Amino acid sequence: MTQFIQLTVYGLANGAILALAALGFVLIYKATRVINFAQGEFLLVGAYAFYSAFALLQLPAMLAIVVAVIIAAALGVAIERLVLRPLLGEEPIAVIMVTIGLSAVLKAAVQVFYGTTPRVMPKFLPRGSVDILGAIVPTDRLVAIAVAAVVLAAFGAFLRWSRHGVAMRAVADDPQAALVQGISVTRISALAWAMAAASAVIGGVLIADVAEVSQNLSSFGLVVFPVVILGGLDSVLGTIVGGVVIGLVSQYADGVSPGASQVAPYLVLVVILLVRPYGVFGQPRIERM
Amino acid sequence: MPSRATGIDPRSYEADLRLLQTRGDKLRLALGLVAILALPFALNNYWLGIVNAIGIAAIGAIGLNILVGFTGQISLGQGGFLAVGAFSSALLAGRGGLPIPLAVAAAVVVTAAAGVIVGLPALRLKGLYLVIATLASQEIIVFVVRRWRWLTGGQGYLEAPPLGVLGWHVQRAAFERTWYWVILVTAALGALAARNVFRTALGRSFMAVRDQEVAASTIGVNLTRAKLTAFALSSGYVGLAGALTAHYTEIVTWERFTLDVSVQYVGMIIVGGLGSIAGSIYGAAFLMLVPPLLSALADAVRDTAPFLADQLPALQVAAVGLIIILFLRFEPRGLDRLWRRIRDYFGSWPFRY
Repeated sequence: MTQFIQLTVYGLANGAILALAALGFVLIYKATRVINFAQGEFLLVGAYAFYSAFALLQLPAMLAIVVAVIIAAALGVAIERLVLRPLLGEEPIAVIMVTIGLSAVLKAAVQVFYGTTPRVMPKFLPRGSVDILGAIVPTDRLVAIAVAAVVLAAFGAFLRWSRHGVAMRAVADDPQAALVQGISVTRISALAWAMAAASAVIGGVLIADVAEVSQNLSSFGLVVFPVVILGGLDSVLGTIVGGVVIGLVSQYADGVSPGASQVAPYLVLVVILLVRPYGVFGQPRIERM
Repeated sequence: MPSRATGIDPRSYEADLRLLQTRGDKLRLALGLVAILALPFALNNYWLGIVNAIGIAAIGAIGLNILVGFTGQISLGQGGFLAVGAFSSALLAGRGGLPIPLAVAAAVVVTAAAGVIVGLPALRLKGLYLVIATLASQEIIVFVVRRWRWLTGGQGYLEAPPLGVLGWHVQRAAFERTWYWVILVTAALGALAARNVFRTALGRSFMAVRDQEVAASTIGVNLTRAKLTAFALSSGYVGLAGALTAHYTEIVTWERFTLDVSVQYVGMIIVGGLGSIAGSIYGAAFLMLVPPLLSALADAVRDTAPFLADQLPALQVAAVGLIIILFLRFEPRGLDRLWRRIRDYFGSWPFRY
């Protein structure tokens, strides 16, 4: 039972971080129909930007996060403008491969600047542990869950009520109709990339704090796919549920047989693709020629 | 069909289907043959080893191009299929005691069957969903070969018997050269067979599926059959490449078959040219040559620019990524189209056409 509670907390924390990464993926996919394989590298770049500002430049934690978010958002906009926009209207495989190429370049750039040895960052989330029903649970995981929940709620509120959020949903629904309504689709694409990079920064910072800053962060980018397929690519709620389910499933799988967390998300993915490819919260789409 | 030089007027269907259309085609083929035959005598063992790796990669790239470039089914499962081919051939020849050619042939069949199983979801899934399904197959296959203790006997790797048939074994002294001829003949036959497939109704049905599924099915293409055959044929080639890798390196580990490998192969067919057999070979050669050429460059300028040598592994990754991005941006049809444009330009020089 104590192990079960521990696994649940760890799973929720991982799931919350995954949901943040997946949210960025969904924003980009919805607004621009681009499948972004570089989402994991956004986490990586965000975590290293925060590490540089916080540990190397000794900025206060809040300021360091702001700096990292600004850097990542600028990177996102630059990528959209320089790499993705010229490929507008190209075949899907070209767009997929360009993001894969991008992920290789970003990863290598981080390696050139910071090397391959993991960096230990001074912790800023509270240390110590809490006793829940007899299980010892580290506090920083609980704080990470709370932070992720707040950020996800903020993104959800932005999409639901703000002017730009509504415009973004309009573009996702039908870019041409949105254009007719006077919405600048290109500006919305840039905004989507900036927000995706920003949400990845928060995720990257949280992982960096509960674990360490290393190249392995980018492996979170692949687990995003089971999350978004499970959630259905349509809603923030779906992304959160997808993230939490995948996070929990991998932790429980590890509890049953150590190492199984590497494959459990993909087994869930295969089942979802076979049973309900449009996801638990998604709408089935009618294909027109 | 790809573009062709002007001034060729076939008078019959046979003439239209001919592989070598012009005198220039024949001349280039002859020159290419001379170069290929001279290669093992001109290169040292290090570079011959790289050429051998290119040959094996070319077989795998042709396989992937059949699926992605000709049939339009995007796959990130290449590494998994290579693993199936490599492990089955090593197992059949090593523990099963089959002669190596038989083991390789059996591995091709096994991998083709695995391809059909992975291809089943493709009957319902498209675009993003198919990419993710093949990604899942990649991760699951690598997980299985990594964690299944029976497969490697708990030592984490599997030994594959060295090349040999009927009592003859590859000599250590002529190792790379012997392999060069084996790989050359296999790759040439594979490329020729693939070229011919796309002159038949089956190959044309693949292309019809790629261009417009609904239209293809209205003119009588059986979509299920076309897609599954494409998956089987493609993974057959990939299994062959995997089996050759196994016996060439004589040791099979899961690290050779990760997602990075799948990505590298997709990079090859993009750089070479989607939907082109020759392009698959160009792309394989190009991407396999980048890392050794970069490290040769870094060695050459070690004194003036030590930065290059220090950061070599990162720079090799970055160079491959950058090349893929630049090709997609400026020549999405790849090296094959680039070469055709150059050839056609000089074919009618000094006139525009």
